Amino acid sequence: MVAQNVAFWIVAVAMALAAIGVVRTRNVVHAALYLVVVLAGVAAQYILLGAEFVAWVQVLIYIGAVVILFLFGIMLTRTPMGGDSEFDNNQRFPAAVAAVFLLGVLVTLLVDAFGREKIELDAGVLATGSSAAVGDAIFRQYVVPFEVVSMLLLAALVGAVVIARRD
Amino acid sequence: MVMNQFLILAAFLFCTGVYGVLVRRNGVLVLMSVELMLNAVNLNLVAFSARLQEVSGQVFALFVITIAAAEVALALAVILATFRIRGRIDLDDAETESSPVPHTAGADER
Repeated sequence: MVAQNVAFWIVAVAMALAAIGVVRTRNVVHAALYLVVVLAGVAAQYILLGAEFVAWVQVLIYIGAVVILFLFGIMLTRTPMGGDSEFDNNQRFPAAVAAVFLLGVLVTLLVDAFGREKIELDAGVLATGSSAAVGDAIFRQYVVPFEVVSMLLLAALVGAVVIARRD
Repeated sequence: MVMNQFLILAAFLFCTGVYGVLVRRNGVLVLMSVELMLNAVNLNLVAFSARLQEVSGQVFALFVITIAAAEVALALAVILATFRIRGRIDLDDAETESSPVPHTAGADER
């Protein structure tokens, strides 16, 4: 348990600092790289929770495709990549107050509701997160949403091509 | 491991994403903040899945990942189209009758 807790805290601190970096940095490429750190940290947390399949999908899809999409978007929209650009509107203080207030409400709620419930990484949890169990659930209980999501991906693909093409 | 440490980390990510969405002016950076929020939600789902030993939470997380990827693709397509018309993506460009946004000369005229 100690090793898992140590790993959790190291990854959590890295993720928290990188998340602040995403929203505060003045360099847009650095923001994308900080996002990679956050996404990788989330994948590590999934492993700590025994969800090995979701962790791998997270790395593959988010870091491997979504971040690349972001970098292409930055490049194609000629966002100034110099490293000293002003990307914020003038609502920094009210937004910070709102975000901190929301965080306070959420943390109070969570501490009150869940107290010190524990997650032990025992065989049951690891069996729940195994690829076999997840695949079983997707193709039995959740096969209809799975097919609908396939249709959605097709629609998104066609829509993105139609919207973004130059004619 | 206490379950709350995952949930509070997810709450922190979510609130950071909220700050980013409210503050950033560039469309791509707002999208990145939305990704932060989606990942926070996923972390919540997987944490509960581990606590209750229910695989449904992880299946939901997989669907969220898929839909988020599709959403990013579409949103970037819209941002690209907007950039072609206006020459810049600035979410503070609210075009109205009295304050029109200057369109770039030689933009794609249909």
